[in-house]
Amino acid sequence: MSDRVEEFRSRILERKPLRLKGGGSKDFYGGPLRGEVLDTRGYSGIIGYEPTELVITARAGTPLAEIESALAARRQVLACEPPHFGAATIGGAVAAGLSGPRRAVAGSVRDYVLGVKLMDGEGRELIFGGQVMKNVAGFDVSRLIAGSLGTLGLILEVSLKVLPLPLAEATLRFELPQDRALDAMNRWAGQPVPLAATCWQGDVLTLRLCGAQAAITAACEKLGGERVADSEAANFWAALREQSNAFFAGPDTRGPLWRLSLPSVTPPLELPGPQLIEWGGAQRWLRGAVDAASLREIAAKAGGHAALFRGGDKTGGVFAPLSPALMEVHRRLKQSFDPYGVFNPGRLYPEF
Amino acid sequence: MMSHENSAETAQDVANPDRQALLADLARVLPAEALLSADEDLKPYECDGLTAYSALPWAVALPQNDEQVVAVLKVCHARQVPVVARGAGTGLSGGATPVVQGVVLSLAKFMRILEIDPLARLARVQPGVRNVAISEAAAPYGLYYAPDPSSQIACTIGGNVAENSGGVHCLKYGLTLHNVLRLKVALMNGDVIEIGSHALDDPGYDLLALMIGSEGMLGVVLEATVKLTPKPRTAQVVMASFDSVIAAGDAVAAIIAAGIIPAGLEMMDKLATAAVEDFVHAGYDLTAAAILLAESDGTAEEVAEEIATMSVLLEQNGARQLRISQSEAERLKYWAGRKAAFPAVGRITPDYMCMDGTIPRKHLSHVLTRIAELSAEFHLRCANVFHAGDGNLHPLIMFDARNPGETERAIAFGAKILELSVDVGGTITGEHGVGIEKVKQMCVQFSREELDKFHAVKAAFDPLTLLNPGKAVPYPRHCSEYRLTGSAR
Ligand SMILES: Cc1cc2nc3c(=O)[nH]c(=O)nc-3n(C[C@H](O)[C@H](O)[C@H](O)COP(=O)(O)OP(=O)(O)OC[C@H]3O[C@@H](n4cnc5c(N)ncnc54)[C@H](O)[C@@H]3O)c2cc1C
Repeated sequence: MSDRVEEFRSRILERKPLRLKGGGSKDFYGGPLRGEVLDTRGYSGIIGYEPTELVITARAGTPLAEIESALAARRQVLACEPPHFGAATIGGAVAAGLSGPRRAVAGSVRDYVLGVKLMDGEGRELIFGGQVMKNVAGFDVSRLIAGSLGTLGLILEVSLKVLPLPLAEATLRFELPQDRALDAMNRWAGQPVPLAATCWQGDVLTLRLCGAQAAITAACEKLGGERVADSEAANFWAALREQSNAFFAGPDTRGPLWRLSLPSVTPPLELPGPQLIEWGGAQRWLRGAVDAASLREIAAKAGGHAALFRGGDKTGGVFAPLSPALMEVHRRLKQSFDPYGVFNPGRLYPEF
Repeated sequence: MMSHENSAETAQDVANPDRQALLADLARVLPAEALLSADEDLKPYECDGLTAYSALPWAVALPQNDEQVVAVLKVCHARQVPVVARGAGTGLSGGATPVVQGVVLSLAKFMRILEIDPLARLARVQPGVRNVAISEAAAPYGLYYAPDPSSQIACTIGGNVAENSGGVHCLKYGLTLHNVLRLKVALMNGDVIEIGSHALDDPGYDLLALMIGSEGMLGVVLEATVKLTPKPRTAQVVMASFDSVIAAGDAVAAIIAAGIIPAGLEMMDKLATAAVEDFVHAGYDLTAAAILLAESDGTAEEVAEEIATMSVLLEQNGARQLRISQSEAERLKYWAGRKAAFPAVGRITPDYMCMDGTIPRKHLSHVLTRIAELSAEFHLRCANVFHAGDGNLHPLIMFDARNPGETERAIAFGAKILELSVDVGGTITGEHGVGIEKVKQMCVQFSREELDKFHAVKAAFDPLTLLNPGKAVPYPRHCSEYRLTGSAR
């Protein structure tokens, strides 16, 4: 394995643009792909897993599926439910920082990162964070790495917090128009019910409850709705997480897929195209050929932002632009971790 | 208590022309009552909760609004004078200790809760708002702010953000990091930026992760939006006592392995239990080697189910006495003891120092055994309070600063504990921050290259190194001094 690390180092020290790649399952995400591929999949394997300490540590190239099956054997999970979208690796999942259906309640990938081992743009191996739950020694660089799309360094290893598999689950379905569904999701999230995930689409609100059996039974009684059979429910949430349901996987003729991240209480937005709403109203997906600038303006007005998620024209940038003061901080961070612009140039912002 | 190292300059260099010029500039941007410069007015700001270190600043500024904060920062930036932000001063690592020839920027006047949005479940508050005040304001809506440091009556949200503070309920509900959505931050040059939003994520790098836990070194928090959590319908706590800390540790592991994340999971050793019992009369088992508090919250049915399961596991792992709280008053009494552990220990010793390592829980008994040995070596008593669920250990080293050399001995004892935490794969600080106190031990935990990156992160926000300089991240010279003792990496 140390040979691999040396190989990575010598590639990095060539100071030529590199495209960091695990399973390639998120190649579609972010700015255009540039540079020669550096494949992490040879650097794979779970290094440590301590179920009673709630921590798993693995090399970046370890398949996400391998990690999840190791956890499942001990009845544990990654509660942030990072999507696979194919043959995902754990390094790629952390770098992309995408979280699944439970995110609004359980937290994001970043929330579960405990530590990383990173190789910076000068080939140095650096460790930030660690394998313990609470750690405030030094700035929290390990969580900065989550969602940085590989632009700050090559993730070599990552430690994540894991959680027990929920003891029980139930899924409920309600016929509700968008405004009433948004209201219901926000109201219920403010009550002591074991809400785990929400999805609204086509005037149907689907709710997932996770927790102790007693709490689930009480919540089902209180909330009403129609109980979805367990196997159907499992398929529904898996298809949502993997974006393989009809809304996401349907023909591209409806235009590219946009992701809007908004305050959950944002009222229904009039947008040209079908929408799917998750995370209690905080994540809204739109399929449609829309004008990027006006969509960004709508999102910003509501207090959020819009990103071009899949397909479409990436020339105008994929993510909402940053204010000059924030861009300056970004540039300086990038400069210090990757002074020669080796890692995934342009993947996050065209500027770096 | 006696001052140490950064010792206070009792006679301020009143006539220093740089100081005079600074005071004149500050007087132009602050109302008279918001600028302190007389020694007796500066004195209350000479230290934070880590009283072993103190220093008098050139001035204390108490701005009342954002514009005044920005103006103070611009004055100091132009004059290259260091600034130390300060909340309630309850920090335990010297994060708010003044920098000599610098300005303390107190956010004490920023006490307004700007907005509680019950539907969106968030609170927008000024940085000087006390932690508990947020929960109080949210209570009418059945909501509360989950992170609950034991100092919550006094400490501010600005300080919580700076330290990424935790509390006894953080195992289940997360640290400050997991409960802050957005910050408005003034940078040292006076630029004001928004980090995070009322949505769940932001484009670009996760700067919120950097800001939270940055010990006042990256920017001054002017406003925070925090998440509010629905108040559980009911909660109950089991108090279990054990003949050995090993058994108590095994019980904790068994609970987690059974798929339970208790709302709270705390341990105290015999010495801590005795100090606390004397103080709050909670009815703890005084003959036990360790007691464990395990809380469950949720619906009545859920709590009954979880308490029953935990009770069985506790007994299977050797609990010799189990008590389950039978009323809210009793539950609060059991917790009152744990939450008062620091002041309780403070009553049985003239001075104490609170350590804050986090360790993989499986090493608990090794670490406690080693601490007991060190305690004998240094001739200083040490009580242990443990956030058992997440491995965060607070050894409380007792000493008497009036005895010559004892403060130094306590500091040396503490340093050994920090190194021990790193040795077993943990960290020198879980929630109190590095500050001044542990800055040298950063050389044990991090390599030169890693420390360089921390300096670079700071420079990305504060290129002139004026915000809380010298804290948290050591310079190479700190480490070379420390290396002489053979401990640095
Ligand atoms: C009895 C006792 C019990 C405690 N229990 C706990 C506990 O259970 N858990 C825990 O985590 N901690 C605990 N602490 C430690 C302390 O209370 C926390 O670190 C707290 O968050 C500090 O808040 P403060 O307002 O007092 O900050 P201060 O001590 O004033 O400052 C702390 C740091 O924050 C910075 N800062 C303050 N305000 C701002 C701002 N607006 N912008 C930028 N930086 C700022 C300061 O520069 C300094 O570096 C305890 C302390 C005591 C004395």
